[in-house]
Amino acid sequence: MRIGVITFPGSLDDVDAVRAVRLAGAEPVALWHASHDLEDVDAVVLPGGFSYGDYLRAGAIAARAPLVQDVVDRARSGMPVLGICNGFQVLCEAGLLPGALTRNGHLHFRNRDQALRIQRADTAWTQDYEAGQRIVVPVKNGEGRYVAAPADLDRIEGEGRVAVRYLEGNPNGSMRDIAGVTSENGRVVGLMPHPEHAVEDLTGPSTDGLGFFTSVLKAVVSA
Amino acid sequence: MTQGLSDLDTGPGRLQNRLDTVELAASTPDDEQPYAELGLKSDEYARIRDILGRRPTTAELAMYSVMWSEHCSYKSSKVHLRRFGDLPRSAALLVGIGENAGVVDVGDGYAVTFKVESHNHPSYVEPYQGAATGVGGIVRDILTMGARPVAVMDSLRFGRADAPDTARVLPGVVAGVGGYGNCLGLPNIGGELLFDACYAGNPLVNALCVGVMKHEDVRLAKAEGVGNRVILFGARTGGDGIGGVSVLASETFEAEGPAKRPSVQVGDPFTEKLLIEACLEIFAADLVTGIQDLGGAGLSCATSELASAGTGGMHIDLDTVPLRDSTLTPAEILMSESQERMCAIVEPDKVDAFLAVCRRWDVLATVIGEVTDGDRLTVDWHGERIVDVPPRTVAHEGPVYDRPMRRPADLDDLQADDPAALPRPTTPEELAAHWLAVLSSPDGADKTWVTEQYDRYVRGNTVAAGPDDAGVVRIDEETSRGIALSLDGNGRYARLDPYTGTQLNLAEAYRNVAVSGARPLAVTNCLNFGSPEEPEVMWQFAEAVRGLADACRDLGLPVTGGNVSLYNQTGDVAINPTPVIGVLGVHEDVRTRVSTGWRTAGETVLLLGVTRPEFGGSAWASVVHGHLGGRPPAVDLEAERSLGQVLAALGREGLVTSAHDLADGGLAQALAESALRHGVGARLRLDGDPFTALFSESTARAVVTTTDPEAVRATAEWAGVLVTELGTTGGGGPDAVLAVEGVAELPLAGLRAAWGATLPALFGTPEATVGSVPAGTVPTS
Repeated sequence: MRIGVITFPGSLDDVDAVRAVRLAGAEPVALWHASHDLEDVDAVVLPGGFSYGDYLRAGAIAARAPLVQDVVDRARSGMPVLGICNGFQVLCEAGLLPGALTRNGHLHFRNRDQALRIQRADTAWTQDYEAGQRIVVPVKNGEGRYVAAPADLDRIEGEGRVAVRYLEGNPNGSMRDIAGVTSENGRVVGLMPHPEHAVEDLTGPSTDGLGFFTSVLKAVVSA
Repeated sequence: MTQGLSDLDTGPGRLQNRLDTVELAASTPDDEQPYAELGLKSDEYARIRDILGRRPTTAELAMYSVMWSEHCSYKSSKVHLRRFGDLPRSAALLVGIGENAGVVDVGDGYAVTFKVESHNHPSYVEPYQGAATGVGGIVRDILTMGARPVAVMDSLRFGRADAPDTARVLPGVVAGVGGYGNCLGLPNIGGELLFDACYAGNPLVNALCVGVMKHEDVRLAKAEGVGNRVILFGARTGGDGIGGVSVLASETFEAEGPAKRPSVQVGDPFTEKLLIEACLEIFAADLVTGIQDLGGAGLSCATSELASAGTGGMHIDLDTVPLRDSTLTPAEILMSESQERMCAIVEPDKVDAFLAVCRRWDVLATVIGEVTDGDRLTVDWHGERIVDVPPRTVAHEGPVYDRPMRRPADLDDLQADDPAALPRPTTPEELAAHWLAVLSSPDGADKTWVTEQYDRYVRGNTVAAGPDDAGVVRIDEETSRGIALSLDGNGRYARLDPYTGTQLNLAEAYRNVAVSGARPLAVTNCLNFGSPEEPEVMWQFAEAVRGLADACRDLGLPVTGGNVSLYNQTGDVAINPTPVIGVLGVHEDVRTRVSTGWRTAGETVLLLGVTRPEFGGSAWASVVHGHLGGRPPAVDLEAERSLGQVLAALGREGLVTSAHDLADGGLAQALAESALRHGVGARLRLDGDPFTALFSESTARAVVTTTDPEAVRATAEWAGVLVTELGTTGGGGPDAVLAVEGVAELPLAGLRAAWGATLPALFGTPEATVGSVPAGTVPTS
């Protein structure tokens, strides 16, 4: 099982995503934004960071990178894709996921250990969780407030596409406490919190994040 | 003031309008030059003329003025700093003072480089950019040594917390430290946040960076090999930060002076992140023979230091430097402190490979010159020679001053003003009230308001960060080898006695590293003082250096480098002398590290070390009485070393479940912090006078919890460390209490409310705006 992790200029949590993939038992493959080579990976992670310094809008420039065009094509035919934080912003900018991420309501960067509820336990990246399960993973962002037009929010909710919701306090003012969403077919997931920072007891607040990376192993096999 | 056109042929105005070449300088020896405006004294200017045998050109004058500034030349501090170089050679020290940062052997072939640097003056003028570029500068210093930067820390001091100007400076500084470090992908693993009226107008912003490499990867800043190319890479050169080191960092603020904003640099952390990755690829492919970052004094510093440390000869074609502003003069290009730039020495046949790596990372790289035969640094501007100097005279042979010193006239009175005379709390109610006052004071309060703005998780190797006493970082995932770092200062102690106070700062940093279970290995420092032209300040500085050097000798620790920040004063009023000391320690296995908080009920709480009635410079005297006087606590380095050995052994053997050092606020502060960390209380009993037990700041003490008190006692007593049983941890949950027999029964909920509310009340509660999304900001996708 080969899972690619894309490095853009300004990616920061790519080493963390690679580690999480490895700890989940898959082979991490480093991918370069400027190439058109997906190197036969079975799934792709877009990691956190400040690609292109968040210039223009967070994720906007990376969404036009050569490799992201290939990811979009493959995602439409079912390849699992996970966007974490900046990666989530890229997926929204690339049109793979609905909504947008804007400056935190309180205008500060915020890093804290955050309780989340898994809303959907049947996506490619969450099937190792139980629906309704509470997990704790770090959240850290300056532009993490999820927004969409009210009608779009109603549709997203109605289609059951909210994958993860903030619990016990909303860290950034996201609408309807939305922390992550999924594509209609459940293969693409984006979330602001960082499951890759919760994969070892030594360095994380929990190991609750590992489930994202183990889930996809089954999703690829069963696809 | 205005220079008319008529001045062209006679006055200094001409120098700005006609290219001032070496040839012209030789033929016009009597032209007046604006050396004083550039911060040079008349005898310094005379010496430059003496060295060159003529007047300097405008470009040369610019170079000397920035390189001979206090900030770059250490001209007032050098005679004292020699004490650090005179310390016995440590086997752990791979690279010592003089390079960009010292390098220490941490075992298994790993080397660690770490350094702390000030960005005080810029942070007062423009808080966000001043602090941000402070982080950027120290990260480049670490990168220059060949290391991957792995973490940062910040030590911050401001005026009174409720002063209006603090509300201007602090939020910007915190956002700047966070904005730059977060965007670089470096975890912030700890630091300090303290307040004192003496820092109003002179906030202290000290940033530390630590980097890791293998022994064989160490790089040095020197230019060798005739014909090797000089490559400038990174950001374009702009007009920002011109004269930052001379005009801004090396002068005192005047209450009614001109605005100094143009001297502050503007940072771009995204470019620096690319620079880091490009440099590490370049190092891995062995493409450079020498490298230097551009920080204070910009190209003047990088070229003269590289040449001076190498064989001496270098030629630069200055018109090849890529510019952000095409109107910059040659002198301005040489002085610019534009951020995110590096300078490398590259063999000719490796230039193509070097440029290819830079292209891959979208980093601009330009060959601007080469290493030459001989011992002159020459600079041309469109074919005309504008600089021809011996580089050593610019970089390493600047002026040295043994300035007059005098013990402060008020020190006897200050030391005689013993806090023993202050009214003490006697009733349980008073003791509890004073405890709450110290805990909820801005210095004692919860720092989450700040640390939440910093990424502490990135790179996935952060084992401990604030509020733990030391930051702990894993450096090898296979072996779990790691390092611990602490950064500590206490201006009150140093004001009362700079020699003892500095030793106390070192002792605290040493102890913080030790409570994590690490073995302390090396020391860095950032010495923040007032004007060296004041004899009383100079005496404080000399005493601080002497104290640190003596203590390092006693503890067997090398000083690996450091930074001096002088002129931290407004008018006649200097800050408290504030040495900030960083200690690095090693963990053979970070999985055995010890954390500060209590987690489980039913464990025994033990105090290690001896408590004496010592209140001089204490948090209690300051918070409750607004008092600073008497003598600081006594230093006992032998006891400190014994305590460190005991803590390391207890950690290694897994005999303690938590450990917290005792420092500002004494046992009262340490108990409250240990309980609040995970919301677990305790029932305790204090022997003797409860006031002394709670608020004394005697050194070489720590509080630990254990399930095996007899084993802890045996280990401690074997090393001669006194053990006092305080009681037992209690339950968690909403009813948890911190109870001290005969003193107070403090519900943790109430303690947390008081401890946590202080900084949000002063600097704003983010929660207030969350959840209420303003209308009209919703995109209609």
